[in-house]
Amino acid sequence: MLKTFKIGGVHPAENKISAGKPIKDLPIPNEVKIMVSQHIGAPSKALVKKGDEVKVGQLIAQSAGFVSTNIHSPVSGKVVKIDQITDTSGFKKEAIIIETNGDEWDESIDRSDALIHETTLDGKAIVEKISSAGIVGLGGATFPTHVKLLPPPGAKADVLIINGVECEPYLSADHRLMLEKGDEILIGTRLLMKALNVDKAYIGIENNKPDAIENLTQKALRHQGISVVPLKVKYPQGGEKQLIKAITGREVPSGALPINVGAVVNNVGTAFAVYEAVMKNKPLIERIVSVTGKTIKEPSNYRVRIGTPVNNLLEAAGGIPENAGKIISGGPMMGKAVTSTDIPVTKGTSGILIMDEKESHRKEIENCIRCGRCVSACPMGLEPFLMMPLVENNDWERCEKEMITDCIECGSCSFTCPANRPLLDYIRFGKASVTKIIRTRKEK
Amino acid sequence: MSATLIYTVITISAIGAASAVILYFVARKFFVFEDPRIEEVENELPSANCGGCGFAGCHAFAEAIVTSGNLEGKYCPVGGSNVMAKVAGVMKLEALEQTPRVAVLRCNGTCEFRPKTTNYEGAKTCAIAAMNFSGETGCQFGCLGFADCVNVCQFDALHMNPSTGLPEVDDDKCTACGACVKACPKFLFELRKKAPKNRKIYVACRNTEKGAVAKKSCEVACIGCGKCEKECAYEAITIENNLAFIDSDKCKLCRKCVAVCPTNSIIETNFPPRKEKITENASTEKVDA
Repeated sequence: MLKTFKIGGVHPAENKISAGKPIKDLPIPNEVKIMVSQHIGAPSKALVKKGDEVKVGQLIAQSAGFVSTNIHSPVSGKVVKIDQITDTSGFKKEAIIIETNGDEWDESIDRSDALIHETTLDGKAIVEKISSAGIVGLGGATFPTHVKLLPPPGAKADVLIINGVECEPYLSADHRLMLEKGDEILIGTRLLMKALNVDKAYIGIENNKPDAIENLTQKALRHQGISVVPLKVKYPQGGEKQLIKAITGREVPSGALPINVGAVVNNVGTAFAVYEAVMKNKPLIERIVSVTGKTIKEPSNYRVRIGTPVNNLLEAAGGIPENAGKIISGGPMMGKAVTSTDIPVTKGTSGILIMDEKESHRKEIENCIRCGRCVSACPMGLEPFLMMPLVENNDWERCEKEMITDCIECGSCSFTCPANRPLLDYIRFGKASVTKIIRTRKEK
Repeated sequence: MSATLIYTVITISAIGAASAVILYFVARKFFVFEDPRIEEVENELPSANCGGCGFAGCHAFAEAIVTSGNLEGKYCPVGGSNVMAKVAGVMKLEALEQTPRVAVLRCNGTCEFRPKTTNYEGAKTCAIAAMNFSGETGCQFGCLGFADCVNVCQFDALHMNPSTGLPEVDDDKCTACGACVKACPKFLFELRKKAPKNRKIYVACRNTEKGAVAKKSCEVACIGCGKCEKECAYEAITIENNLAFIDSDKCKLCRKCVAVCPTNSIIETNFPPRKEKITENASTEKVDA
């Protein structure tokens, strides 16, 4: 029997429309906008100023703390200005705007396709490289990778899990990467194993991607300690805690981190970026983005430079269809509807999804009928139907007792609710409020 | 028959008397002294329990006054100076006078001035909407229009106006308790000094973006041009982060700033119509701008 996590989970329609489309390079845009805050943690500090000439791969913004990361120029050209631009949710955030001129790369970057199998670097040097290359979790959460590789004192990792689940419907960026860059992912995995000093690594892939499972299983025979684990399809298997449970059977306790049970989880995209950073000296300046949707002309997967306007992606995929209702950055379950298509691709943009008019509207909210479907769908074992009224009444004390901070915001409760109640909207707000209260209490 | 009755009455009376004695001693043993003035002060307060004074309710406020023995920093906005004078009488202290205040909404981004650019279908409360995105219009500072302020108002002083999509303050009912100030996630409410006849002059905008950007998303946005600052003879207007602010304690309600504002973001309410001369000035200013 195939492995999966035990509690909760839902089965949204998969709709992997773009899965059969090979990765294409998107032409370099005329202008890129690079947000200084495109990861979790402190915003990076801009190092360039107006008028500076930059090359591809040059450091343009420096990490501003331990949980923060470097940002490199994805194009060569001139810095036009450092200005406030609209981000995905419509707020104005600082960004570096660069006008492209040619495509001149930094000399130290190896641009060839040749595979490099071995490195003389030790674990510490690998982490150093990853940190300076500005690598963050490419699954969408954008947590700086080097932080995960440096466990807090007292904790020790004994297993590395590579996340090739891609449980979000529609998205296919990781799937394509596993098919086309299998060797690189496996070498990247080995580098991560060396950095963490572990001898076991599992690559978890859902069995709706049999070609990726086969490809990686065969290639993994040549790599000691790496095994591919096919998983039963269930959303949200790509969640860190769910994946650890599915593969190793270990349960991350409430309020703890995966490292507390000896596991570190990284995305396949991250493993690929690690390979490029360590072996090719190439910082994180591009990523794979799926452009997909039922009505879009050419659903496809593109390799794009960070900072490319979303408009360019949509144009390449045949433009915005007439009956488009909503454009989402990310997948349909956890992604965010964008307020404008003028926003740039960031390190966390895993896909651009267009939903048509009919698909995108929320249905009318009705009264809770206490059917308990949200409870059986919650992968964290919470009771969403109970939390929504608690949040409505600002009863933060009880919210905390109900473990609202354990919510992983996967949206299974809202998805499964037959009364169309916006459960996650409320829980997310409650979680933010309770987290704030806990933090102020700790500071006291 | 009568004997049963007599025994019953005697037994019950005996139990009653014994309980009374026990209760008397228990009450003496566990007696908690509460300053009688606390109740007296509380009786003077409006019993709205709104928390506008900064304490949990009227009782907590009264307790704080009596235990601290002074009135510094303690003011009941709902009762106003009248109530505070009575409280001061109870406490035999000097009453601190404060001018009554009233809440104003510092946004005039009506549907007409600030067209919608996106459509939000999530949970219909301002607190959640503000966490998820910038707002349905191009302005990330303006009113979201989901009426969190109306829901928290205990005095029926706030109502949504469906034609503008903005809440409106009923000046006579508003007690300046500050509940709306705390509820608004965009910090749009301000408690301003109440002037005679409810006259008000204020900058109805919180947009701190540069002028051109602000104007693009909302017709009546403050662009921080500084004309009003120059015009004001009482130094009541300051400009910070491309946004003008009129200090209601310094403002003399002369209305000169209203006339020079190129985007009409300064609002005057409850004033009589202008005299001929001033209207002329205003119109020429507009032509110049």
